Amino acid sequence: MRDILTNHLLSVVIFVPLIGAIIIALLPLRNKDNGELDSSGATVVKAVAMIFAVLDFLLSLMLIPAFQSGKAGFQLQEGPYLWISRFNVHYHLGIDGISLLLILLTTFLCLLSVIYSFNIKTRLKEYMVFIMILETAMLGVFCALDLVLFYVFWESVLIPMYFLIGIWGHERRIYAAIKFFLYTFAGSVLMLLGIVFLYVHTHTFSLIELTDPRFMPYHLLMGLPARTLLYLYSAFALAFMIKVPMFPFHTWLPDAHVEAPTAGSVILAGVMLKMGVYGFLRFCIPLFPEQARNSAPLFITLAIIGIIYGAIVAAVQPDMKKLVAYSSVSHLGFVMLGIFSFTTIGMTGAVLQSVNHGVSTGMLFFMVGMMYDRKHTREIKAYGGLKRSVPILAAFFMIALFSSIGLPLTNGFIGEFTIMLGSYLSPFAGINVTALACIGIILSAVYMLWLFQRVFTGPLDKEENKKLFDLNWREKWVLAPLVVMIFWFGCYVTTWTNFLHTPVNTIMRSSGMSEASREISQRVAKLP
Amino acid sequence: MSLVWLIPGLPLIGFLFHAFLGKSIVKSMGDANGKKTIGAIATGVVFASLLISVMVFMDLMKLAPMDQRQYVSLLPGGARIPWISIGSLHVYYMGIIDPLSLLMCFIVTGVGGVIHLYATGYMADDKDYPRFFTYFNLFIFFMLMLVLSENILLMFVGWEGVGLCSYLLISFWFEDVENSKAGNKAFIVNRIGDLGFSIGVMTIFAVFGTLSFYTPQGTGFLDMAAKGITPHGMLSVGAATLIALLLFMGACGKSAQFPLYVWLPDAMAGPTPVSALIHAATMVTAGVVMITRVSPLIVHSPIAMMVIACVGVFTAFYAATIAMTQNDIKKVLAYSTVSQLGYMFLGCGVGAFAAGMFHVTTHAFFKGLLFLGAGSVIHAMSGEQDMRKMGGLKDRIPVTFWTMVCAWLAISGIPPFAGFWSKDEILGSATGFPQYGMALYAVGMFTALMTAFYMTRLMMKTFWTKPRYKDEELGAHSSHGSDDSHSHDAKHHGVHESPPSMLISLVILAILSVIGGLVGIPGHNLFDKFLAPSVAPYPLKDGMPVPIGMLLGTAFGAVGIAVCVVMYNRRQETGDLLSPKEKASNALYKGSLNLWYVDAAYYKFFVTEGGKVAEFIWQGIDRALIDGIVNFVAGLLGFLSELFRRFQTGYIRAYAFMMLAGVVAVVISVLWPFLRHLHI
Repeated sequence: MRDILTNHLLSVVIFVPLIGAIIIALLPLRNKDNGELDSSGATVVKAVAMIFAVLDFLLSLMLIPAFQSGKAGFQLQEGPYLWISRFNVHYHLGIDGISLLLILLTTFLCLLSVIYSFNIKTRLKEYMVFIMILETAMLGVFCALDLVLFYVFWESVLIPMYFLIGIWGHERRIYAAIKFFLYTFAGSVLMLLGIVFLYVHTHTFSLIELTDPRFMPYHLLMGLPARTLLYLYSAFALAFMIKVPMFPFHTWLPDAHVEAPTAGSVILAGVMLKMGVYGFLRFCIPLFPEQARNSAPLFITLAIIGIIYGAIVAAVQPDMKKLVAYSSVSHLGFVMLGIFSFTTIGMTGAVLQSVNHGVSTGMLFFMVGMMYDRKHTREIKAYGGLKRSVPILAAFFMIALFSSIGLPLTNGFIGEFTIMLGSYLSPFAGINVTALACIGIILSAVYMLWLFQRVFTGPLDKEENKKLFDLNWREKWVLAPLVVMIFWFGCYVTTWTNFLHTPVNTIMRSSGMSEASREISQRVAKLP
Repeated sequence: MSLVWLIPGLPLIGFLFHAFLGKSIVKSMGDANGKKTIGAIATGVVFASLLISVMVFMDLMKLAPMDQRQYVSLLPGGARIPWISIGSLHVYYMGIIDPLSLLMCFIVTGVGGVIHLYATGYMADDKDYPRFFTYFNLFIFFMLMLVLSENILLMFVGWEGVGLCSYLLISFWFEDVENSKAGNKAFIVNRIGDLGFSIGVMTIFAVFGTLSFYTPQGTGFLDMAAKGITPHGMLSVGAATLIALLLFMGACGKSAQFPLYVWLPDAMAGPTPVSALIHAATMVTAGVVMITRVSPLIVHSPIAMMVIACVGVFTAFYAATIAMTQNDIKKVLAYSTVSQLGYMFLGCGVGAFAAGMFHVTTHAFFKGLLFLGAGSVIHAMSGEQDMRKMGGLKDRIPVTFWTMVCAWLAISGIPPFAGFWSKDEILGSATGFPQYGMALYAVGMFTALMTAFYMTRLMMKTFWTKPRYKDEELGAHSSHGSDDSHSHDAKHHGVHESPPSMLISLVILAILSVIGGLVGIPGHNLFDKFLAPSVAPYPLKDGMPVPIGMLLGTAFGAVGIAVCVVMYNRRQETGDLLSPKEKASNALYKGSLNLWYVDAAYYKFFVTEGGKVAEFIWQGIDRALIDGIVNFVAGLLGFLSELFRRFQTGYIRAYAFMMLAGVVAVVISVLWPFLRHLHI
């Protein structure tokens, strides 16, 4: 047992939820005619799901002491164990600081999602099974070091999410589920082609062999014609761009978010979008450093458009969930700006902002869900003056709101500021680009404060809003940990940035940008 | 010095206490006792901070002027803990103790404490009493962070934090959606300024490689700026100008300068103690404090100084023109605040940073007092804010009246009241400014005349002219959106003087408004001497001789008052200078009354038209175009598969035919090279 926990901790963290899913699935419980379990059955399902979610969260916390933050390269590696010998596919896991943060985010948000979802009535058992499978798949994505293994986890995320949206979603759930599936799948297939092509030329799927100059495949990859590399890079980048999503590939997102059940939206925004970000950091840039660098102006342009465009469109949404969904487009624009600034500070900020966005937007989606549970509508118009009837909910919402618009001492500020500082210092961006990004920050205040005004302030004039009940204990337990994280990141981010120094420097070095960042001081000296 | 962390720490503890326990205290101790407890704690922590500030001040004064810059931790036990530490960016929770930060600590905790005391009376009947003091203490915390931090990014924490509190307190009575909108406007307009501030901060980092103001090793960016260097060589005028203008953009937002002033008058939607503390005495001066803090950098850029001076003096004049015609007593004071802030920036712009800070100080006294007095008047009138419905209050509320008189004379620039000395010093310095100094002086002086006029108008309309209301009607109706209506019930009918907690505050500030300026008498200027270690020296030419300046200043103030008194004495009955007919035809009057249509233009451009554009982007571009393409591709694929599906007919003969066709095609393609040469 001890041996498993020391040598195979990553596998344990990844597959514990899957075991939970299997156990829940095997529970001899049947839905009644209305699709609900009887109350004792429901309690059992909730208890099992809870046990496994908590267990997995605790296991993921065990990664922290096991992880050495100053050490370069991938840690806690497992394998490579040969999986499919014919094609040289291995089961190979390993993490660095970036993966670690995203793993913690995943287990954290999944735990909260399970707690939140105790209020699900119809087909509770199947619902929990899908959430647990989803958790395993997402964790696998952040640990896999073999391209095929990565791809398997990457695609298997789609299936449980497809069902979560399609079964427990709202009115247009089928349309949204299919659109979500096909759109992201179309991108991924191109990536699969790229992976196969890489294999044909280098005879390996190992990320380490492909990115480390000590191995032959690295040199084979670098020896490919520039045009070929560009196509390969585009195939990977497109898959990740759709997942992030970057403008103009974002239209699946509002539909999926709006139709998904609350926990689905939280996981979608909180974790799944980060898979795209992770893909850029883990695969695109280390595999194709030159192409990535050359495409920086394009990506920065799209990121800036996304920031402003997402914010503008968010401002006019009549539907709360859609507003938050479009705000995600804007926030993820910041993340991409940070990555493609190719500066240490900007990239660190991008990872931080990924986690921040998971926390803040996750919280906003939870709270929109809580309001939906009470009133069964997401229409902003149906609310108004709620601060009087549900003051605690309003207070929590305000914290989430100010975190989302990046007020100092909340997490959002750290992410946005470091990203913008990175973009300011970047050889690809500079002061004008940063000023444009800053407009996105102004607009975020516009749409968020306006939302707050319409939902929570004004006279409490609608009769049914007067009788709304305030947060119950389950809901407080969901939100309180998020608030703690908001201020932890906001007031003492050093805890988390300690994990990021080494991996970000590694990426910077592999992209050949560490020299460039030294030139920055010279560039700046030439300011007016 | 080891106690410094308590200066912001105590208000923070107060905030946490009220936030978590405030409601339950009111519930468990009963309404009256609970509120008393909360009010006492909230006021107590602020005065305790004042006490510690005084102790720190004593310590600092023992040091030689060149040592009067101490680096202290803002955390208990002197802990040196980083807030951010990424790459070469390091920001610690550290503070700086020097004359500038201590001066602001005095103003914030001193005037702040007095206004807290006032608020315990003013808000006594409000059902959200604990929430009010929660925000109020939080504001004091952030304001102290702003003035104490040793790092411009940590200053930005306070900067945004006070903006947050301002937002929360403007929309304190959130049930009226207009208040909430005013809060939004304040926050958003401030964010526009913050664009400049944050990019300025980044430029500082890019140029100097650090965000610390000063460090013990002399590596802070102001250390370097004072020597005219950067880590990469000399500090260029271009870089200094860029940074100065960007930071000034931030200051324009927070300190309500043209064209970002529009939020401040609307901010009067908040309770009157909020207007006094945040929107007159402390927060709105943050821009002046920040510019003064970075003065060693500013003085490197003549262009930036000229811009600051011009924007300042123009704002002073412009806001005064609007204040001439407003009828809401708080609106007059709001525009007057904008105008006075303009003076402070004029001071900074001409290089007289200490004079600017002097005006910050005296303004905190007399404008805080004017707002508290206005609150007392509103209280007496049961929530009425319209001066057209006041008059004759002189004998009815004597304490309020006499304290307001002190403030009125102070702001009008009558010696020896506080405002005279600071305004005189600013205008005197302007005459010594090398570029267009006399022009700046002339506009400033004319504005001083207008100031005296509109303040006298306020006093005449409120206290001296004949009453334009009936006692029994007061409080019977609660006028819409007005300040006091929430906190009053039927027991207070008719004009009545305010409770002692409010009057004590008025008296304290009145005393300060009378004698507060005496620390800065020309020739014997203790204030400038005290502040000297914190501000950059800027050599001014010899301007107008001081006695002549003082004489002219007094004369302009006196003329303004006299003209106004004479004019209103002729209109004792109506309390109105212009007849309705004149009002309708006078373009100047209408322009001023309608705020020169600036607010309306902003609204039309940014809200109405901007909303239409946003709507178009959503419906026209996002849904129709981008998502349209996505759905079109999906549809096209569907159509094609529908097409190809038709080949799958299931008839063997069809498949056989297609196979034959296929074979023929293959054969032809194989034979094509030969067939081509056959010349058939």
